[in-house]
Amino acid sequence: MTSRPSRATASESIQPTTEAWIEDLRSDGPERDEAIGQLHALLLRAARFEVHRRARAIGHLRGGDLDDLAVQAANDALVAVLAKLESFRGQSRFTTWAYKFGLLEASVKVRRLAWQGREIPLEPERWPRFADSGSSPHAQTERGELLGEISRAIETELTPHQREVLVALALNEVPIDVLAERLDTTRGALYKTLHDARRKLRQQLQLEESHD
Amino acid sequence: MTDETKAREDLVSRMLGPAGHEIGCEECFEQLDRYVELELAGRGADQEIPGMRAHLEGCPACREDHESLRALVVAET
Repeated sequence: MTSRPSRATASESIQPTTEAWIEDLRSDGPERDEAIGQLHALLLRAARFEVHRRARAIGHLRGGDLDDLAVQAANDALVAVLAKLESFRGQSRFTTWAYKFGLLEASVKVRRLAWQGREIPLEPERWPRFADSGSSPHAQTERGELLGEISRAIETELTPHQREVLVALALNEVPIDVLAERLDTTRGALYKTLHDARRKLRQQLQLEESHD
Repeated sequence: MTDETKAREDLVSRMLGPAGHEIGCEECFEQLDRYVELELAGRGADQEIPGMRAHLEGCPACREDHESLRALVVAET
C-alpha cells in the first residue's frame, strides 16, 4: 500500500498538497467525499474571511445572516470549483486557486446585497455638472479644465451604451457585478465596454492636445 | 493635496483608466492565484503577467478580490 500525500495545510510543500487534493477529488471512492467535505470547509473559510472584510458595506445584516451569506457563497463556490477542476493547471497551490472562488462568490454577494433596492443612475442627463466653470475657486484649475474636456468627450465620442456604463461604473462607482446583474450581462463584457469608452476619451483628449 | 483636488484626481483616474496594455476581468480571475503567489514570493509578478497591474488599477472589483486573496493567503501561511 502506498502512502497518500496529505492535503491538510497550505503551509506544507506545494506539490504533495496540491497533488493530494487533485487525486482525491478525481477519485471515485470515499476519499472523494472526504475531500469534498474538506474543500467545502476551505471555501467556507474564504467566504467568511471576505464577508467579514466587507461587513461594513452591509451593516444592516446581523452575525447569523452574515454567516448564512458565507455558507451560500461557499456552496456556490464548491459547485464552481468542481466544475472547473479540469482547468486547474497547477500554476499555484490548489488551496490558493480554490480560495479565489470562495472569495469571488462572497464578494459578489456582498456587493449585490449592499446595492439591493438602490437605484442605479445610468441616464446621460444624470451626468453631474462637476466641470462647470466659475462655480468655485477651483473650477479654473488644470484638473477642472481636464474634467470639462472629458465631460464634452463623453457627450460627443461615446455611444449611449458606453456612456451609461461609464457613468454608472466610473462616475457613480456602482460595483461592476451589480451593474452586470441589472443589465443582464457579464462583468467581462461590461469591463470591455468601459475599457473601450476610456480608450476613446483618451484618444479624443490627445487629439485636442495636439491641436492646442 | 486638498480633499477636493484629491477627489478630482480620483475622478479623472476613474474616467480615463490606466494607460497601456490591460487584461480583462476573465483573464484577471484566471491568473489571480498565480499572480498573488508570485507577488508574495517576490518573483516578478508584473513581468510574468503583463497587464494585470493595470487591470487592478482600473477595475475596483478585481482590485478588491486581489487584496482579499493576498490577505487570505498571508493569513493562512
